[in-house]
Amino acid sequence: MKEEIFVSGRNIPNVDPFLHIWHWQIPLYLFLGGLAAGIMFFASLYTILGKEKEMPTTIKWATFLVPVALVLGLFALFLDLKHQWYFWRLYLTIRLESPMSWGAWVLMLITPLSMMWVSSYIKELFPKWDWKFEILNKFEKLIIEYRKPLAWVLLILSVILGIYTGILLSAFNARPLWNTAILGPLFLVSGLSTGAAAIMWMSKSHFERSFMSKVDLILIGIELFFIIHLFMGFMASTAVQINAAELFLGGQFTVSFWVFVVILGLVFPAILEILELRGYKIPVAIPALLILFGGLMFRFIMVEAGQITRYLY
Amino acid sequence: MRYAMAIDTKKCVGCSDCVVACQTENNVPHGYCRDWVVEVMDGTYPSLELEIRSERCNHCDNSPCVRCCPTGASHYEMGGIVTVTHNECIGCGACIESCPYDARYSHPDGYVDKCTFCLHRVEKGEKPACVSVCPTNCMYFGDLDDPGSDVSVALKNRKHKTLAPEAGTNPHIFYLI
Repeated sequence: MKEEIFVSGRNIPNVDPFLHIWHWQIPLYLFLGGLAAGIMFFASLYTILGKEKEMPTTIKWATFLVPVALVLGLFALFLDLKHQWYFWRLYLTIRLESPMSWGAWVLMLITPLSMMWVSSYIKELFPKWDWKFEILNKFEKLIIEYRKPLAWVLLILSVILGIYTGILLSAFNARPLWNTAILGPLFLVSGLSTGAAAIMWMSKSHFERSFMSKVDLILIGIELFFIIHLFMGFMASTAVQINAAELFLGGQFTVSFWVFVVILGLVFPAILEILELRGYKIPVAIPALLILFGGLMFRFIMVEAGQITRYLY
Repeated sequence: MRYAMAIDTKKCVGCSDCVVACQTENNVPHGYCRDWVVEVMDGTYPSLELEIRSERCNHCDNSPCVRCCPTGASHYEMGGIVTVTHNECIGCGACIESCPYDARYSHPDGYVDKCTFCLHRVEKGEKPACVSVCPTNCMYFGDLDDPGSDVSVALKNRKHKTLAPEAGTNPHIFYLI
């Protein structure tokens, strides 16, 4: 038996006995960022594919959520900072080895671009809207004319937004639960799935709803595949990773993860969506809400559990 | 020039003078510490092994904390000493998450803080506070690139180890075993 103790009485706040530097603000931002990335991805994808008529909610109305989610997410991040009034330092440099730096810049680009996207559709929602300044009218015409290039830029930025949060966590080799390459793709697919669920919920057209629910089913399938491989990867890895995985395979996060994230957040909504596609009447709010809830719980559990896993002691 | 420390675990008695000296020298806030003492008991009675280690930031070569800092506040100073520029730090906590040795903490003033190898003393040619104050003289500080320095001589003559080498950080604190 090996026993290691601090004899000098170390008890640093938020570090001992377990690391707990990141609190609720970070998983909330991860969820909002993934949701925004998902909605924006589908909006730009289907614009590029020319489906504006068949999928109005995807391309126009659901995107109104994107700037709101991004601003709320950025505010959550700002609240998490402990040296808040120096936040502008993030924008004086780009550090290519730091995924947090990429994220700061991607958010800096995608937030105004998504606001531009939404502003070009405002007149369809409020026909009497008046920009009041001629330059804004010209700007709106420019956006509408260059919508396809804007959609390509937003497509790429939304993929980066969706995947960088997973890459950021996986870059911390000190936290064995996070230090796996599959986390980036897993966060991306989870974000896309929450975006598809939100679009499905908001849509008024039967075609669009059933189309997005088929897309969502594929994404849920991929996400389940990634989760299984996440754990297979941990169990086939080093001792610290096996210890990290054991938190979810019998440890303190077993019930919350497998019940709230996998069963309630992925498997059960998938079954409901399949039943709906087969003809049973299921209120769309139920699978959509469960998927959103599952995405939020996934991020809360991963951030808390990851900080508990470690190399030493 | 690569600064490193060698700590003789056979001579350390766990008195924690190094902890108190560091807190005094660096005005560490109450309740926080930049270095700490760990006691390891291994085995089953009666064949037990005891090791006492004074641990701190390892000022790694391949430090994940410098790599993941989004503003460049965490950086290398002379001799590979890792420090934090207080007014560039935004307090995001990424470096704290990335350290396998849990060496960093969030200072109440907002920025992230940790052992600095007493850079302000080393610049003047003195030793870090913890090394200077150790009553058993079990701590050595010096330049690894200088074959005549205390550290180089200690490492040449004794078996040594580092903590969590599998984390890939190339730490600069060597424990003489």
